[in-house]
Amino acid sequence: MTRHYSALSLLKEGFNNQQGWVKAWENPRPKPRYDIVIIGGGGHGLATAYYLAKTHGITNVAVIEKGWLGGGNTGRNTTVVRSNYFFPESVRLYDLALKLYEGLSRELNYNIMLSQRGMISLAHTPAEMEMSARVVNAMQINGTDAELFGPEDVRRVLPIYNFGPKARYPALGGVWQGRSGTARHDAVAWGYARAASRLGVDIIQQCEVQDFIIEGGRCRGVVTSHGTIRADRVGMAVAGHSSQMSAKAGFRLPIVSYALQACVSEPVKPVLDTIVLSPGAGTYASQSDKGEMVVGGGLDRIPSYGQRGNLPVLETVVSGLVEMFPSFRQLKLMRHWAGIVDVVPDSSPIIGESPLPGLFLNCGWGTGGFKSIPAGGTLLAHLLATGTHHDISRPFDLDRFARGRLIDEAAGSGIAH
Amino acid sequence: MQIFSCPFCGPRPEYEFHFGGDLGNHRPEGADVSPEVWAQYLHFRNNPKGIAQEIWLHMTCGEIFAMQRDTVSMAAEPGQPLIPEETRP
Repeated sequence: MTRHYSALSLLKEGFNNQQGWVKAWENPRPKPRYDIVIIGGGGHGLATAYYLAKTHGITNVAVIEKGWLGGGNTGRNTTVVRSNYFFPESVRLYDLALKLYEGLSRELNYNIMLSQRGMISLAHTPAEMEMSARVVNAMQINGTDAELFGPEDVRRVLPIYNFGPKARYPALGGVWQGRSGTARHDAVAWGYARAASRLGVDIIQQCEVQDFIIEGGRCRGVVTSHGTIRADRVGMAVAGHSSQMSAKAGFRLPIVSYALQACVSEPVKPVLDTIVLSPGAGTYASQSDKGEMVVGGGLDRIPSYGQRGNLPVLETVVSGLVEMFPSFRQLKLMRHWAGIVDVVPDSSPIIGESPLPGLFLNCGWGTGGFKSIPAGGTLLAHLLATGTHHDISRPFDLDRFARGRLIDEAAGSGIAH
Repeated sequence: MQIFSCPFCGPRPEYEFHFGGDLGNHRPEGADVSPEVWAQYLHFRNNPKGIAQEIWLHMTCGEIFAMQRDTVSMAAEPGQPLIPEETRP
């Protein structure tokens, strides 16, 4: 039986008619009790399970997923990973994620196809250039890599951009982060699931959490469609539906759920080898390994749980894209979809113990959940294992709203989520 | 394109409207309001899946009104004035 993925095992299995591969993860029936139960089998939930087993040695853990692994926002995002934020707290958080991503394929023995192709956040006006310089300074002081690009640099990394004299979005420069990139989103979920399952974690799919077991004012487990599961501590990573889960536990969250859209074009020859974001045009794009243009933009402005987008936002996104890249006008869009994201007033995540003791939160990532999966998993695992905050997650506790200590990245780095 | 109905202007395209939060989220009164109560008022939301009672702003006419909406199917009832017409000064 072949368990390890390598060129050698591929060769070996080639001679064996590919019959010897071990299943990537087990599909067990839930036990009546675990040390820790994690609700949500997306990237964050699976990463939490992996780090609980790997870092803290706690393997009596179950991940409970109502659908299938990575079927929510983990499989719906545009696969960008980056850490170009403004406040020191945010940079520590997202840079932890990016650093873990950089070693993840090797650590998990699963190719997440990380491609650090660099990302340019374009500035189209002198005022935006000044903001870009401010963000670059902040990022450099915070110890992450950032470079202020001028018009010539943009011409170098985006030769197909519309540099014409009548261009609606002239490229004056922007913020460049060379370590930004893309990763295969399904592979991140599957890689963590396989590694966690191998360390003894139970991954239970098609099992919906219907309620919490609350005894003596503490969360003691969950009631699921497969029966009652007791646990000492429960973590939830259910982006998009965080408010639904918290309502079952008897509290509200500072979250509104919105749809975030994305679309892909037909595949074409390689033409765009960086990630380009234009806050001014409300568009960002990268080219996938298959050759498709992966395109996204801002949130729909109407709170929604319907996993589909509406047309005004798509029109803004596409019109911005074809204005910046006139050659894209002939592309046909192949697919168009939306995920439901947790939007928090200060555009920063919520990580910490909930108002119901024993229940721990990992939510509120807005449009930036995918890039933060390794950090969200590390920090929630730390909370679940020790009951106390990791230094990096402390500023992101739910108590920041009553303390007035918000980390407003919408104002700081101009990140929309 | 979704059409919402402003109680004052009638059916208008969705991009003229701005979401204003939960209906019935009233500002706490008095001098000794705790930080927790302020935070609930300022930041915490019901965020229901399904039928929602909401406040909306019609940006083109400036009116603020109540609207019932389904957050899954996106079906929206016609907007209702917050203060009934006949009781207005």
